[in-house]
Amino acid sequence: MSQLTHDRPPAAAAPLEDRVERVAAAAYRMRHYALNMGEVQGQGYVGQALGSADIMAAVYADQLRFKPDEPEWEGRDRFLLSTGHYAIGHYAALAEAGIVPVDELDTYGSDDSRLPMSGMASYTPGMEISGGSLGHGLGVAVGIALGLRFQGSDARVFNFLSDGELDEGSTWEAAMGAHHHQLGNLTAMVDINALQADGKTDTVLRTEPLTEKWEAFGWFTQRVDGNDPEQLVRAFSNASEQASTTGHPSMILCDTLVGRGVPLLENREKAHFMRIDESEWQICRDQLTAGFEAATHEGTARS
Amino acid sequence: MSTTTSTPKLKTSAMIASFADPGQKTAPTPFGHALVKAAEENDRIVGLTADLGKYTDMHIFAQAFPERFFQMGMAEQLLFGAAAGFAETGLVPFASTYSVFAARRAYDFLCLDIAEPNLNVNIVGGLPGLTTGYGPSHQATEDMAIFRGMPNLTIVDPCDSVDIEQAVPQLAASDGPTYLRLLRGKVPTVLDEYDYTFELGKAKELRGGTDVVFISSGLMTMRALQAADALAKHKVDVAVVHTPTIKPFDSETVLGAINTNRLAVTLENHSVVGGLFETVASATVRAGLGKRVVPIGLPDEFLAAGALPTLHDRYGLSIDKIVATVLSELD
Repeated sequence: MSQLTHDRPPAAAAPLEDRVERVAAAAYRMRHYALNMGEVQGQGYVGQALGSADIMAAVYADQLRFKPDEPEWEGRDRFLLSTGHYAIGHYAALAEAGIVPVDELDTYGSDDSRLPMSGMASYTPGMEISGGSLGHGLGVAVGIALGLRFQGSDARVFNFLSDGELDEGSTWEAAMGAHHHQLGNLTAMVDINALQADGKTDTVLRTEPLTEKWEAFGWFTQRVDGNDPEQLVRAFSNASEQASTTGHPSMILCDTLVGRGVPLLENREKAHFMRIDESEWQICRDQLTAGFEAATHEGTARS
Repeated sequence: MSTTTSTPKLKTSAMIASFADPGQKTAPTPFGHALVKAAEENDRIVGLTADLGKYTDMHIFAQAFPERFFQMGMAEQLLFGAAAGFAETGLVPFASTYSVFAARRAYDFLCLDIAEPNLNVNIVGGLPGLTTGYGPSHQATEDMAIFRGMPNLTIVDPCDSVDIEQAVPQLAASDGPTYLRLLRGKVPTVLDEYDYTFELGKAKELRGGTDVVFISSGLMTMRALQAADALAKHKVDVAVVHTPTIKPFDSETVLGAINTNRLAVTLENHSVVGGLFETVASATVRAGLGKRVVPIGLPDEFLAAGALPTLHDRYGLSIDKIVATVLSELD
């Protein structure tokens, strides 16, 4: 089970390699949770959950202050999922964090479940907002960051966005608002998987160059391999050092691979809503485990 | 060029001109002062606007509580998303813009960020209905029609400065989201002449009458009272029931007034589609009353630009037009 019973960010004291290892291990478990949920449904946004697992693991295993038994604890850092369809990945993180029981993940997308296909605040403990209509999360995050600062809280606000979501003009209204109000307590991450509902992002609506755009909007901007736990941990550390009551909001642009960790899915023709045959789920799990064990063995051999 | 002499045409006044009649008693910026008063008693109240502070009387609050005022820029999606965020942290935001921008431009944000989680966000919309001569870009003739379908949202259409002053603290105290059709600037003071207090969710009879019953909201209650006086000179006795809360609607009081032998007329500063008339009509049908109701409201069309008195007369909201409509119905 998870070790995440702290109310302080674990990043505070631990050496970098320990933090990276913890994030990688959390992401590995979360990918298994996502595959299991996908199998229950026979479908789902498994590709996105696998692709974003390292980002969400870095947030929940390395950055976020929360109390698993008290999801609405006033002093908590807020994690806002704009992309409601990534809920499967978020539920995996909430299970890893001990906020949602692992056993409950089997109810994903079923009638009367607390874990609906698209994330909603009123259904799930630890789910701060109802995303899904894209382009909402960052604006709400601006309000929460302003409200927390106004009330003297040092809690931080994290917002998870997707690159497709950057098509929405409201995201850029919020980007300006966060800079204007100097929301140093706000960190946003964009999962850049270069894919959206109708196809590749650069064929649907070009959003690049993203680093230059966010810098021009006044954000402290970093771009990393969003499937590399070490790059993520370093980027979050940089963002934390920037974090203050007044200052630049922080953006971490994360390039990710849909289906990451499962070669069968990494190499499949990319689709927003990935179909996986009944017989393939066990292959996926086996490939995920084999890949993780090989990487861990390699890491051990190196050190 | 025409050489014939004629009366000069009225000119479109500034966007924020008062619609008060000449010489009418008014109160300055009643919403701004009411919000300051409420905020003195409730330190969780904050104010937000989208580059329309001066035009929605929010500037009064900003001057009184600069640290509790947040300028969100001309960005209505951010305004209401952020207002939801403030409420998520336990604060009580009042967020102002024009009604057209709240209803048309930011609907998805009001709906999903504010109404679905049932947050105590108070939406303040200026220029409701036909209160500007700037044309359809600024005239929110269908704002209530848009908002009535939104679950959880309370809709208030105040008549005058008395309504606004009494409504603001009640809006702050009510748990869920509210939408106030703001009257701003020099706002007429009318209801102090009557035995009346604003109660959220309640309709009130302002005057009795045996021949006709007016069911009215917003500034049309002022016109209803003036038209009732004018009709008295024609020996027509008119009752006026003011229903400032459009949703949830006080069907009991209104149906009690309608279910009589009097001519029933609704009066609203809104399209005849989806506003007070259809609210009353649906309540009447649900109750099984086979009762005709005559609508006085704005036509289902995009309205012209021009001077407000010209437009109110053209579209049937002036006192003379109300009187004419009632007399022709009684013929």
